[in-house]
Amino acid sequence: MSLLDLSISELGRRLRAREFSSVELAEEALGRVEALDGKLGAFLRTTPELALEQARAADRRLADEADPPALCGIPIGHKDVLCTRGVETTAGSRILEGFRPPYDATVVARLARDGAVVVGKMNCDEFAMGSSNENSAFQPTVNPWDAERVPGGSSGGSAAAVAARLSVATLGTDTGGSVRLPASFCGVVGVKPSYGRVSRYGVIAFASSLDQVGPLAKTVEDAQLVLSSIAGPDRRDSTTSPAPVGDLAGALQEGVRGLRLGIPREYLAAGLEDGVKAVFDSACRWLEAEGAELVEVSLPSTEYALAAYYVIAPAEVSSNLARMDGIRFGPGEPQAPSLLEAYELARNRGFGPEVRRRVALGTFVLSSGYYDAYYLRAQKVRTLVARDFSRVFDGVDALISPTAPTPAFRLGERTHDPLAMYATDALTLPANLAGISGLSVPAGFASGLPVGVQVLGPYLGEAMCLRVGAAVERSADVWRRVPAGFDG
Amino acid sequence: MVGADRGDGAGGLDLALVAHLSRLARLGLTDAEMEAILPQLRAILAAVDRLQEADVSGVDATAQIGGLYDVMRDDQVEPGLTAGEALANAPSHEAGLLRVPAIQ
Repeated sequence: MSLLDLSISELGRRLRAREFSSVELAEEALGRVEALDGKLGAFLRTTPELALEQARAADRRLADEADPPALCGIPIGHKDVLCTRGVETTAGSRILEGFRPPYDATVVARLARDGAVVVGKMNCDEFAMGSSNENSAFQPTVNPWDAERVPGGSSGGSAAAVAARLSVATLGTDTGGSVRLPASFCGVVGVKPSYGRVSRYGVIAFASSLDQVGPLAKTVEDAQLVLSSIAGPDRRDSTTSPAPVGDLAGALQEGVRGLRLGIPREYLAAGLEDGVKAVFDSACRWLEAEGAELVEVSLPSTEYALAAYYVIAPAEVSSNLARMDGIRFGPGEPQAPSLLEAYELARNRGFGPEVRRRVALGTFVLSSGYYDAYYLRAQKVRTLVARDFSRVFDGVDALISPTAPTPAFRLGERTHDPLAMYATDALTLPANLAGISGLSVPAGFASGLPVGVQVLGPYLGEAMCLRVGAAVERSADVWRRVPAGFDG
Repeated sequence: MVGADRGDGAGGLDLALVAHLSRLARLGLTDAEMEAILPQLRAILAAVDRLQEADVSGVDATAQIGGLYDVMRDDQVEPGLTAGEALANAPSHEAGLLRVPAIQ
């Protein structure tokens, strides 16, 4: 038993009762990373000095303040695409090696404001492009439930660290499923907020119209506490919604009685593995037993969503990554004979294969002569995908499906087939195209591997997602299970 | 051929076009790297050509979700980065300026 097995509210109670200090909790987290991350690869670096400084400050707040924030003194980790002032931030790419941002991302600053304690930066696919974490330029992360399998991506380090109890919660980013997929593969909760619910200021951009920051945590309540800290308007990101976040905590206890939940027919037709189907069927029975009405719905544009995503996301990549030129940050090539060669050398040495593919693809679909047939058409299909969701949400409160067609796959299984890797996100990426809310919650196991259920809610429907997710979590009753080798 | 209705998909992509993309995107791909990436890009484009089957007649394009537009606020003066902070990550700088190889 480790302190990191406890939920945030349990830890909060015991911190306030002085059973242990935030410094002791941070030391335990750092000690576990030191002892156990060698076999996991979830952390790109730890931040012990920062952690202990923040923990000491948290202990003072816990002693002095009548009502310190719920996250005060709680160890967290940040996906390495989130800028952390003075702490190396690489986005998993060689081209940013050594980059120490001069400012904090808004989400980083908000968690610091609420007293959270940063233990380190989490490994991820390079620039968050990938579904397995195998595209990290520095190291693979393995799945804590089976070291021969991937943790999912691109927030694989964030998910694996929570599952292995090396951090209480973490932040990830979700552009096509990069929070929900690794959450499903590692057996933790992962939330993809609606587009604009959480600030992207200080997030190293992948695809700006799709990216959102979201929490990974052991429980739906833990994820809610982190989401409540980071969500809401930010004057540094003009795409944040001005709508108030509201009381997300209240949703957790409401139950699902009287809710109408839709099951998208097209999501079940996508070659689900039997073990995944069995877990999903159990979740459906639990929700019905709790008083929800389940209805089949159709999202007919789903068949085009993957294609639209793999035009729109690379197009935005090719624009966003133009700033990675080795002039203002990164190792660069200052001795190159010409400026053009400096750019080409820095980018050729700095970008891995998947990033090169997406930059080339995005450059192609934005090129004169191909723009209308690919990029413009993909944006129109995006409208169809969004309309599908709007239509079904007129009749149901939320949608449920498996998060992924399979449990975690084997390391190396899909690295040589980009299309097979892309298909991993088939059930998650439509929500990014439509900008709606979603989460993945652990619902059971298939052959010893975790299986998540995805809950999708309307735009700014985070409370509904949490409400349904909490009901699945209560019935599944699996969150206290710890992977072998990390329990103790 | 701006305004083409249909993609010619994977068929349109050859080594010369990959070389052009590599130059445009400053990827600096070697000949061997271009040979390796060509079939991968062709396979991806063949898959995304599925888009051509979708009926998008009369459908507007969506560039961004959320319905916000022309988000404005009053200017506010507040401390920003110092020149030293802004240059601290540059591999080469001199006298408060970024230093780059000559443009040729």
